[in-house]
Amino acid sequence: MSWLTMPTMGGYGFYVWGSYVLTIAAMVGEVLFLLRRREALRDRQEHA
Amino acid sequence: MTSQTIHWYRYASPGNLYQLAGQLIPWFAVPASALFVVGLYLGLFVAPTDFQQGDAYRVLFVHVPAAWMGMVLYVVLAFYAAVGWVFNARGSSMMASSLAITGAMFTFLALVTGALWGRPTWGTWWIWDARTTSTLILLFLYLGFISLQSAIDDPRRADRAGAVLALVGVVNVPIIYFSVQWWNTLHQGATIRIAGETSMAGSMLVPLLIMIAACWLYSVAVVLARLRCLIRERESLMTRSVVIE
Repeated sequence: MSWLTMPTMGGYGFYVWGSYVLTIAAMVGEVLFLLRRREALRDRQEHA
Repeated sequence: MTSQTIHWYRYASPGNLYQLAGQLIPWFAVPASALFVVGLYLGLFVAPTDFQQGDAYRVLFVHVPAAWMGMVLYVVLAFYAAVGWVFNARGSSMMASSLAITGAMFTFLALVTGALWGRPTWGTWWIWDARTTSTLILLFLYLGFISLQSAIDDPRRADRAGAVLALVGVVNVPIIYFSVQWWNTLHQGATIRIAGETSMAGSMLVPLLIMIAACWLYSVAVVLARLRCLIRERESLMTRSVVIE
């Protein structure tokens, strides 16, 4: 696969990129949510 | 004979479990990140275009790991829920609760990426065939487990109720796995076989296996991180003795 054919994925760009973007977004989102949950706990502990 | 005994029951105590989880997370998170980079590179740049499916097959590098994790995490969840129920081990029950969201997320991703693959390959976003339907049921089982637990205020009762649901639902996992053999489904059969020959070219198989390994390690890391949050949220009395990093 070359840089030129990469964005179109041979006509399947929407399906291929769609699934990769969605998967990566879900995983990054999960990690961010967990970090926020941990921060919230830390704050609560400090103010307790 | 070794003179040192591993005191496994030590980790049943949430305080020790909290520290153990914290020590383990980097050992899973760091290799997971590295494998994702390698897997994505090989899957998107190195793996050749399929002569039948074109580039649409690249969806499978995320679809197959997601589907695997959805099933595997449910079995692990049911195991921990059962151990927590039978032995009255809080740590084990909390582990089950920690697994649910990640499992639900992967099952959801398997369904959506499956639709994104099915549209160009099968010509339809969705079909009520045995595998897709049983995978949808798996998502509902996860969501049922999560909502049941959050609906019960007493954590110990929530753990027991969740364990019952998890154990009843675990029957669905072999149904998903063997659905492609038991019924005549549109969904293709297993490509990676434990016994027998794998029907996939090496240049495509390697990125797939790397992505699966990455998803495994990722799951362990986030589940342990969530377990730590859960321990602190639940054991508010105990957290005073836990060293905050």
